[in-house]
Amino acid sequence: MAAACTLALLGALVPLRDAPAPITAAQPGPVVRAHYATAHDDSQKCTQPERSLNPDSGTDTGAAIARIRKYGKLRVGVDQNSYLWGFRDPATGDFAGFDIDLVKAIAKDILGDENAVQYLTVPTADRIPDIKAGTVDMVVRTMTINCDRIKDVAFSTAYFTAGQQILTSDNSSITGFDDSLKGKTVCTATGSTGDDKLNEGSHGATVMRVANQLDCLVQLQLGLADAVFTDNALGAGQAAQDPTAHLVGTTVTEEPYGVAMNLADTDLVRRVNRVLNTYRADGSWQRSYHNWLEDVLPGIQPPAPLYK
Amino acid sequence: MTHTPTGNAGSPDVRRGAGVPVPRGGVPVPPPGGPGPGRRRAWVESAARMRAAATTEPGRLRIIGAGLALLVVAFGAVTAWQVNDRSTAADNVVKHSAPLSATAAEIYRSLADADATVTGGFLVGGLQPKTVSDRYEDDITNASTLIAQAAANSEGSPQAHAQIAALNQQLPKYVELVTAAQTNNRQGLPVGGAYLRYANTQMRKPGGLLSAADKLYQIETDRLGSDYTRAKALPYVSWAVGAVALGALLWAQRRHYRRTNRVFNHGMLAASAASAVVLLWLVAGHTLARNQLEHSDAHGARSMQVLNTARIGVLQARGDENLTLVARGSGDAYEKNFTDGMTSLAGPDPKGVGGVLAQALQLADDSAGSDPVNAAVKSVQTWRGRHTAERKSDKAGDYTTAVAEVIGGKDSSGKDVKDTTGNCFDAVDASLQQAVTQEQKEFKSAADNGRDALAMLPYGAAALAVLAAAGALLGIGRRLSEYR
Repeated sequence: MAAACTLALLGALVPLRDAPAPITAAQPGPVVRAHYATAHDDSQKCTQPERSLNPDSGTDTGAAIARIRKYGKLRVGVDQNSYLWGFRDPATGDFAGFDIDLVKAIAKDILGDENAVQYLTVPTADRIPDIKAGTVDMVVRTMTINCDRIKDVAFSTAYFTAGQQILTSDNSSITGFDDSLKGKTVCTATGSTGDDKLNEGSHGATVMRVANQLDCLVQLQLGLADAVFTDNALGAGQAAQDPTAHLVGTTVTEEPYGVAMNLADTDLVRRVNRVLNTYRADGSWQRSYHNWLEDVLPGIQPPAPLYK
Repeated sequence: MTHTPTGNAGSPDVRRGAGVPVPRGGVPVPPPGGPGPGRRRAWVESAARMRAAATTEPGRLRIIGAGLALLVVAFGAVTAWQVNDRSTAADNVVKHSAPLSATAAEIYRSLADADATVTGGFLVGGLQPKTVSDRYEDDITNASTLIAQAAANSEGSPQAHAQIAALNQQLPKYVELVTAAQTNNRQGLPVGGAYLRYANTQMRKPGGLLSAADKLYQIETDRLGSDYTRAKALPYVSWAVGAVALGALLWAQRRHYRRTNRVFNHGMLAASAASAVVLLWLVAGHTLARNQLEHSDAHGARSMQVLNTARIGVLQARGDENLTLVARGSGDAYEKNFTDGMTSLAGPDPKGVGGVLAQALQLADDSAGSDPVNAAVKSVQTWRGRHTAERKSDKAGDYTTAVAEVIGGKDSSGKDVKDTTGNCFDAVDASLQQAVTQEQKEFKSAADNGRDALAMLPYGAAALAVLAAAGALLGIGRRLSEYR
């Protein structure tokens, strides 16, 4: 009850437009909750790509920090389209979301002003090239840490753990990424992790591929798709925009999100890891999680940092 | 008054009829106690009569008279028929196919305008301005009205009907998607943008609204083309029969002159004059009509077609420019569409002239036609310059300024942006509208002239032919009476 009160209070205080219908105990009928797969399936060569630089193992005020301070603004690659994570509120035109809260904390630490940020919208495909080219200092954009990417960019410690999960309508018989998908149409974004998983085996479902994960929600609402297979973080954003849609079953993969930076900016990586430690410890992470995600992705704790 | 017919004297058949006056009835009577006892069959008898008629001068005159009258009447009838066919086609151009083609173009334009308008409205934070929703509503109402009109006027064309059915079926769906997009957008949900992009895809996909409207436009334009071809087809048969009739009249008069030494036979002279008038009228009238129709075709089908293509291109470029911002970071495909669209509209050089607009300039034959196109070219050049600046702002992360540079309003530093790409778009659209109106006017007057040039000809040809036939018969009759 206390939690519910806190939630209600927060809901009233946080300027979140059109707060999603809370899927709480009041929800009738059995709602299958998200459960996280605990098993790791790291590849042989690269185990635990989420291990990052320890802030205490070297300086966190070097060339990169000096460069940012000289420029006066932190240049961050973000998404404008991920509801709850990084999106532009159409009514105010301002950026908001879980990723954006983290960006502000980093900017405040480095530059002393949480608004000293130049937000640059980067398409998914441009995230790594932009970091390598130095057009952005970092990318905070629901970016999964994996073995392929750590060859090109440096990641902070994980700040969230997501996984591929099924999103469907309330009245659907689909129970998760399992045989209940047989004969159904599942929508996913072309080239996404969900697309790869469906190619490995779709449990008898027909796969519909669209350009953008959000297009799947349109297809679901129009009744052209029966379910959406996407990252539960993005799925949560979709569920928050449609009170009759929710995540079902368990996550099929485990995808830690990290802040991506240039491999050469070791001081910046340590700096961000230090900010993250404080962010997790002083309740900032929990506040942001409350504001944006808890309603649709309940029961998640900040992942513990892992260092090299 | 008697005379001796000349010629044919050496012919053995002449003996029987020569000098023997034929009774009033004109039917030659076989000499009494005629050929053998056997009963003759009817056809042999009438063949003999014909032969007999052809062997006497009055008989020959009768045949000549009947032939001349028949030829002249045939000339009049063929002319009336052929000209009427062309006149109906010219009338179709003015009354049916040209308006239908214009209606189809307007359906196309309204749909593209609705799409561009609604995407622009999405860039305004919060509620859409009234001007935007009004313009969108007008476009949709206009499109539905015109679709209904096209359906009523295109009976008998199954191809047109298929496209109209597609339009009728898809337009309400598009409106639903836009409504869903706006509702979600009002609530601050990014899925609104996804709905809008989906609606735009439905509008533009193959077999979608714009493609159906385009096909309908092609069908109506083809029909306009075939009406033009029918109206401009040369009336060869009419010319030929006319030439033969005149030739026959001349021959008959020459024969008359040689046999009687009289220069003029008034009846036949009148018949010749009437036939010559019809032939001259036919040649002059139809040539005039052809020229006028040719002129109207250059403006109607070709110039307006190019201008309409340009207008649609402008609207689509505007939609793409807006959607690039609506897509927020995943709008590269729209930006590419914009660049491609601008290239086909105005050529690859942002500061030059090319593409469809260059074609429109070529087709404009006077300053009234080319001035608005030149103005459109200038606006497009400014637009492309401002668009480049806007993309730079967006790429640099200044979304607020980018939006202000597209639709106006305050940039990130709070300054009011006046020189927007929206102004350029409005200017281009207005200039092209002006150009279309100008061409439409020229088309209308030329097509009207062309049609009017043929209007009286069928009646005139018929009346004059009757007159000519009467003249020929009277002329021959006068000669015949000399044998009584």
